[in-house]
Amino acid sequence: MLEVAIRSSRPDLDLAFAAPGGVTALFGPSGAGKTSILRAVAGLATPDAGRIHSDRPLFDSATGLNLPPHRRRIACVFQEPRLFPHLSVAANLRYGQRFAADRPSLPEARLIDILGIGPILRRRTATLSGGEAQRVALGRAILAAPRLLLLDEPMTALDAPRRAEIMTCLERLRDETGLPMLLVSHALDEVVRLATTLVMIEGGRLRAAGPVADLLADPALAETLGGREAGALLAGRVAGRDPDGLTRIDTAAGPLWLPQALVPGVAMRLRVRAGDITLALTRPEGLSALNILPVTVTALVPDGQGPGVTVRLDCAGAPLLARITARSCAAMALRPGLPVWAVLKALSIAGAG
Amino acid sequence: MAGWLPPEALTALALSLRVSLWATGLSLPFGLAVAWLLARRRFPGHGLLNGLVHLPLILPPVVTGYLLLLAFGRRGVIGGWLHEVLGVTLAFRWTGAVLAAAVMAFPLMVRAIRLSLEAVDPRLEEAAATLGASRLAVFATVTLPLILPGLLAGAVLSFAKAFGEFGATITFVANIPGQTQTLPLAIYTFLQVPEGEGAALRLVLVSIAIAMTALGLSELLARRIARRVGGR
Repeated sequence: MLEVAIRSSRPDLDLAFAAPGGVTALFGPSGAGKTSILRAVAGLATPDAGRIHSDRPLFDSATGLNLPPHRRRIACVFQEPRLFPHLSVAANLRYGQRFAADRPSLPEARLIDILGIGPILRRRTATLSGGEAQRVALGRAILAAPRLLLLDEPMTALDAPRRAEIMTCLERLRDETGLPMLLVSHALDEVVRLATTLVMIEGGRLRAAGPVADLLADPALAETLGGREAGALLAGRVAGRDPDGLTRIDTAAGPLWLPQALVPGVAMRLRVRAGDITLALTRPEGLSALNILPVTVTALVPDGQGPGVTVRLDCAGAPLLARITARSCAAMALRPGLPVWAVLKALSIAGAG
Repeated sequence: MAGWLPPEALTALALSLRVSLWATGLSLPFGLAVAWLLARRRFPGHGLLNGLVHLPLILPPVVTGYLLLLAFGRRGVIGGWLHEVLGVTLAFRWTGAVLAAAVMAFPLMVRAIRLSLEAVDPRLEEAAATLGASRLAVFATVTLPLILPGLLAGAVLSFAKAFGEFGATITFVANIPGQTQTLPLAIYTFLQVPEGEGAALRLVLVSIAIAMTALGLSELLARRIARRVGGR
């Protein structure tokens, strides 16, 4: 459990949050102070006041405690790989081992396998591609046997395919190491796939914190989360495959169909973006959309400025968000308590569980 | 070579090599420390230290030699103490020639090491710290290997400068054959006598050969190290 309560004037920070186990995402626009928080946790920067705890006290301005980075047992993966150019890939990977007190949370061989870096171990670092180098940096951090792993936008410098690779690696490392992670990100898809807890930062202040699913479905945060990008997570279980190739997933609100082939019985989280929901007063007929759910309007939150409205829906107990225009909202006379139909234009798998 | 070079020239050559090697070896740790202070620390007196280090570069060598004599001579502030307490005498000894050469070469060495220190990416040192390396371990495992080319360049420059030092040496330790008569001093002495021109010319050739060899060796080493620390 990481607890942070810090204040500093340059950069301007004043906030407190707790990160229970699992992956916690620090989310916010660039310049919000996310990286500064991360550096304070790592011990690379010293806040003016406050305290930082992770199992044990790391920093406390009241007692004058300020552990240096190497004694915090917190490893960091930065935006750029920061591999040591004078060492081979293998030597980079093992760099932290000689200082580590414990064994790493994953055996080296398994780690190399997950990261897919076996074939490049003997190479010099300058010959690596960006994605390869970042995977080595990730392995190097885990082999240092930290108690907490910090990830400072480790995927921003990469192109989309490389990003997807790292994301898959991170998912598997999260599940196999059980290592608590603090992920700085400004990409909501990373947060949704990897994180369990979301800490939203704005201008060096805490905007909101809580479980990812709760915050995603909070209409008050929809604008901050990026309007159409906001949305909810639906929990479901793969029921089976229909003869025409579609996979049926049972959710509390009813069955949904996805084109992907999935293993029956597996539990998963589906992400429904607010911008991908169309609302209808009567059950739509003659529509190509497959996934239509009966829902109830629970709240309407107009944007401060702009023509949009965020509609919060109850879908058999699970919250959903829809983004529509204020004009449609008025024309349909939407109000809390009104039963409507939600047409899901797109669904994506957010992750297992 | 014994017949080709007169014995006193051979003595001077050996002395010069000894003096330059000692001067370079002894000033290396100090050069590294001062370069690190100048490159990485901001403190009151930073400018003063920088000026002091560079002083031998801009002062006439004779002045530096005379200042050394004042400070390290038998009756000098430091020299007196060294003589009384440690029994070490520098003035008019080959050890004094080492000091003069080291002082004269120091700015060149510090400059080379400082430049290479400033070129080290501090983000690599940060990464090492988060991986559990103490400050000393970071220096030994990241900083030092990365500045190796700069250290080498500094050492070679310092060696070359020490090898050619004339003014400060002759002022501080005089021109005593077998004791303080280094190669440049020997060349100068040969030129003072009518039949010495041949020997002087031969010594000139020797010093050119030594300088070129040192330069070539350092180039070769520097290129190999640069390739290694460049990650290729």
